[in-house]
Amino acid sequence: MTTSEKKQLAAAACKVRMGVIKGTHAAKAGHPGGSLSAADLFAYLYFRELRVDPANPHWEDRDRFVLSKGHTAPGLYAALALRGFFPEEDLLTLRHIGSHLQGHPNMNLTPGVDMSTGSLGQGISAAAGMALAAKYQGRQCRVYALLGDGEIQEGQVWEALMFAHHYKLDNLCVIVDNNGLQIDGNVADVMNPYPIAEKLQAFGLETMEIDGHDFDQMEVAFAKARATKGVPFAIVMKTVKGKGVSYMENQAGWHGKAPNDEEYEIAMKELSAQLAEVEGM
Amino acid sequence: MADVKKIATRDSYGNALKELGAEHEDLIVFDADLAGATKTGVFKKAFPNRHFDCGIAEADMIVAAAGASTMGLVPFASSFAMFAAGRGFEQIRNSIGYPHLNVKIGATHGGISVGEDGASHQCCEDFALMRSIPGMVVMCPSDDVEARAAVRAAYEHQGPVYLRFGRLAVPVIHDEASFSFAIGKGEVLRDGTDVAILATGLMVAEAVEAAQTLAEAGISACVVNLCTIKPLDEELVLRVAQKCGKVITCEEHNIIGGLGEAVCALLSEKCPTPVRRIGVNDEFGHSGPAAALLKQFGLSAEHIVEVAKDFCK
Repeated sequence: MTTSEKKQLAAAACKVRMGVIKGTHAAKAGHPGGSLSAADLFAYLYFRELRVDPANPHWEDRDRFVLSKGHTAPGLYAALALRGFFPEEDLLTLRHIGSHLQGHPNMNLTPGVDMSTGSLGQGISAAAGMALAAKYQGRQCRVYALLGDGEIQEGQVWEALMFAHHYKLDNLCVIVDNNGLQIDGNVADVMNPYPIAEKLQAFGLETMEIDGHDFDQMEVAFAKARATKGVPFAIVMKTVKGKGVSYMENQAGWHGKAPNDEEYEIAMKELSAQLAEVEGM
Repeated sequence: MADVKKIATRDSYGNALKELGAEHEDLIVFDADLAGATKTGVFKKAFPNRHFDCGIAEADMIVAAAGASTMGLVPFASSFAMFAAGRGFEQIRNSIGYPHLNVKIGATHGGISVGEDGASHQCCEDFALMRSIPGMVVMCPSDDVEARAAVRAAYEHQGPVYLRFGRLAVPVIHDEASFSFAIGKGEVLRDGTDVAILATGLMVAEAVEAAQTLAEAGISACVVNLCTIKPLDEELVLRVAQKCGKVITCEEHNIIGGLGEAVCALLSEKCPTPVRRIGVNDEFGHSGPAAALLKQFGLSAEHIVEVAKDFCK
């Protein structure tokens, strides 16, 4: 990755974060914490990894992305808008009556959303079903699923991983956003999911742990995912919940709460400064 | 009806899948370690490359089928009714119903005629669960001919479909050559003027038998087969209710939430008519031979006759 490419990704991630703040502020609701922890990933996926076409969102051979942790839709929506699937102004309609941007992703309303999600533990099964279908159909497309580290407490996730390994779905890449927090507190205190990577390995997935805010590490991991044959690939990315907004970082309270007007101003000021810094590099 | 041919509708399901599979390469089948019992094994034998066992993991199976359908395939996902509709309810609701995906749920072993396995496996709640999901088609075929037609219609229908089949061999009451089927269309099997008997699934044959007995007793019963429970054939139900002035519903399901309540809801709003509901009276089943259980729970021609005679006094 060149310095300029990395700079573009960093700028895109900043803009995704700003989209998250704008959307949740306008909605007076929503889930900023996990949207921000995954913002760098959203930027990487939509600006470097996924073969998608905003002008033709239903292109049959596109790569699929399933946001299994559907509550972080504000992050996905911000990335889709930035990538050109729909106007960025739409982000301000998040969760409003009549908006195509539902509280959780709706594949029939929002261009670029490949699966309706929101009920945790199900998106990964859908992604595995897509990957299986792609194999049966002989399609070259790949399928990506993003899960939360709290979400993997759902038993269905492990059913799906067993399925993905059993059917040798090497066109499937499972990403776990390990921001360490869920609604009731630290994931380790609520219901300890650790060790995550070892569990994924035990289920037969080729697994790699990375820093989820480091594009170089993402590049290595996704290249390895594409090169892996015969088994699905898992990326466990260590992240900071609320990343990029000082008062939200590592605070479980910002899982599902919108910034008020004052908090909005602070967040946007911080993110604008980060963007200016990136663009000035 | 001793000389009548009997076939379990789960066998019809397996045979229909195999037949359709030969015609359509986009038809794939998921099962959850019950291919031998649900009869999707018949399809598996013919098309091993598009039959996917999910193991004992119904929740995953339902949503994997949903995912596969987004790729343009037409998945049939199968398990026993208890585990497909029951265990998989929330998955069906959120990952199939809400996005209105083109998945067909082939649920076998519905009702108490499962028999010896007992209450844990006797699903009498599936109509209620599936009816409550917007956009879901709910069907319960009465015999082999209708079951195979319903599977074909489900394949051709764009959107989610729930099909309930039985374990027990039941009489073949339709003549294949003259039979036609459409989702949402009921079928008048016998005309009558005193009471309308609306039945679904294996209760249809019982209703036909009951009507014969009632005729001998001077009661003219109209018999309607309602394979499609949702969307209900409202026009037909209203017509026979108006004509007869009395309605009896018959289903191998809890009287709560199934065909009986669907009919009552319609009639109470559009044509208030006295109704008697025959079904499982809000209780759990238990182990025993299917025929004995059906008799014990009042899911028989004899009981329909009793109710009708009392009703028409």
